[in-house]
Amino acid sequence: MTTPMVATTPMVEAHGVHKSYGAVEVLRGVDLSVARGEVTCLIGPSGSGKSTLLRCINHLEKHDAGELRVDGHLVGYEARDGKLYERNDKQICAERSRIGMVFQRFNLFQHLTVLDNVTIGQVKVRGVANDAAVVRARELLARVGLVAKEKNYPSQLSGGQQQRVAIARALAMEPKLMLFDEPTSALDPELVGEVLDVMKDLAKSGMTMIVVTHEMGFAREVANSLYFLDQGVIEESGNPREVLVNPRSARLQSFLSKVL
Amino acid sequence: MMTNGDDAVEVVPVRHVGRYVAGFVVAVALAMLVHTLFSKVSTGQVSCHTSAGARHCHPVTNWRFGWNVVFHYFTSREILSGLLVTLELTAIAMAIGISLGLLIAIMRLSHNRLVSATAWVYTWFFRGTPVYVQLLFWFNIAALYQTVTFGLPFLNVTFAHINLVAFFTPFNTAVVGLGLNEAAYMSEIARSGLISVDEGQIEAATSIGMTRSQTLRLVILPQAMRVIIPPTGNEIISMLKTTSLAIAVSLVELLGAATNIYSANYEIMPLLIVASLWYLIVTTVLSTGQFYVERHYAKGALRTPPPTPIQRLRNDVRGIAAKFTSGRSTARASS
Ligand SMILES: Nc1ncnc2c1ncn2[C@@H]1O[C@H](COP(=O)(O)OP(=O)(O)OP(=O)(O)O)[C@@H](O)[C@H]1O
Ligand SMILES: [Mg+2]
Repeated sequence: MTTPMVATTPMVEAHGVHKSYGAVEVLRGVDLSVARGEVTCLIGPSGSGKSTLLRCINHLEKHDAGELRVDGHLVGYEARDGKLYERNDKQICAERSRIGMVFQRFNLFQHLTVLDNVTIGQVKVRGVANDAAVVRARELLARVGLVAKEKNYPSQLSGGQQQRVAIARALAMEPKLMLFDEPTSALDPELVGEVLDVMKDLAKSGMTMIVVTHEMGFAREVANSLYFLDQGVIEESGNPREVLVNPRSARLQSFLSKVL
Repeated sequence: MMTNGDDAVEVVPVRHVGRYVAGFVVAVALAMLVHTLFSKVSTGQVSCHTSAGARHCHPVTNWRFGWNVVFHYFTSREILSGLLVTLELTAIAMAIGISLGLLIAIMRLSHNRLVSATAWVYTWFFRGTPVYVQLLFWFNIAALYQTVTFGLPFLNVTFAHINLVAFFTPFNTAVVGLGLNEAAYMSEIARSGLISVDEGQIEAATSIGMTRSQTLRLVILPQAMRVIIPPTGNEIISMLKTTSLAIAVSLVELLGAATNIYSANYEIMPLLIVASLWYLIVTTVLSTGQFYVERHYAKGALRTPPPTPIQRLRNDVRGIAAKFTSGRSTARASS
């Protein structure tokens, strides 16, 4: 009964998600659906709530209203006997560990070597044995092209290299979903390509990804769907190759005329 | 343009005349200081001896600073056992100060208002009163409460029973007084370290599924250490010297031992020098240790770690040697 249902449910599903900081309503009823194995790009002007939406999806922030599901499960709650039970910290941490997140400013652990950055989550959160974690970390570092740097500290790497390590760190948790929050915005233009290449490979391997980005080329080439978030609501969405070429709403038209 | 060819332009370094003058003035002042330290004064007595059939008499002179007395007492049993008490007291009081201080700093950052307020009041109280008064307070507390009983209030449940009169020996009083006071200062140092860690680090740790306590232990604390260590080194050195206040609770530590000796033989200056020299020696050892601990926790924060004193010395020697073998060789040959 349940198996076919899980296979067809979207990886992420949002219905009327609201989030306020004090009096400021940042998300004002967001609807979104991300199918398994697909790449979804999220674009929108600064302050429109893109980061907030990603942070709600992995429960770094609690949404105030609406329904948010990841992998069929309500984020932060458990539905039992017609009631919603708030999950305890341990369950939330376990849930979160299967959702990878990549930040604009990399946020690598500064006091750990590249290798340790990739093993620490495996060992301390997933309980993988140290040797196995190192083997897996080396595989992932090879995948992002950084085996030679495993003994270096993050401060000794370029921005592009740091971001690739950050991707490897997230992948080490065996995520079912990867969230990218403007992963190339802090990079020098010549370093953007190496990070996007890693992300394209990841997309090809079938990873479900939500990418907040200003790289319209990446969106057009890789994304299966695109959402335009403006003032806390999804203003327009669809196939990026259509939406980006023929934007219907005036807001998206004016946004695109500024970014492109 | 400088070239390395035959027609290389000679580079003439700037002469820093001001530096030479300042160096000369300081050198003369240092020489005068050393002279007074080792000058001799007449004691008013005359000593005579015979050699080769002749009788020689000359006034007895003594070191103004009594270096022979210093030397005599420097490794005497009383001084060494006082030194040991000072070291033990410093170590235990700092251990209490650091661990309790860290706990209070973490409490200050708690989301629970009562917990963070308690931590704030602790720091406010122990920083706000002189440590000397606190020592006297603990010394006299046994007059107020003969025993304390740990248990649940009003419920007749007891866990432990302490006889305060027996507990507050001079050493224990000093440990408690100095340790609790230190915790207040250490908590501020620890707190500044904890909040210095970038919020992105906490987000990253949370996003890979670490719990709050894992994030604290594995990510925040190790990075906070870089900020916490240098002022903690200062605190240890300062504690070493503050232990001399334990005279107030009649504990015989290093200064107390020196005081005991000079109150019997009136050699006040030499014995104060003995105590000071020991304080200087221990401080020097501690500072060296601090350097290496800092270097350890700076890992990852700096692209290249600073050289150790030995590496620096080696580099300096190499640099000077290089100077002499290259540029100066012709000058030396001609002189
Ligand atoms: N912790 C917070 N407290 C108060 N306001 C916040 C907080 N986090 C975000 N906001 C506000 O919410 C709004 C949306 O922020 P968010 O970071 O989601 O925007 P964004 O779309 O990611 O923008 P950008 O492109 O600049 O990253 C902003 O107006 C911001 O000031
Ligand atoms: Mg953002």
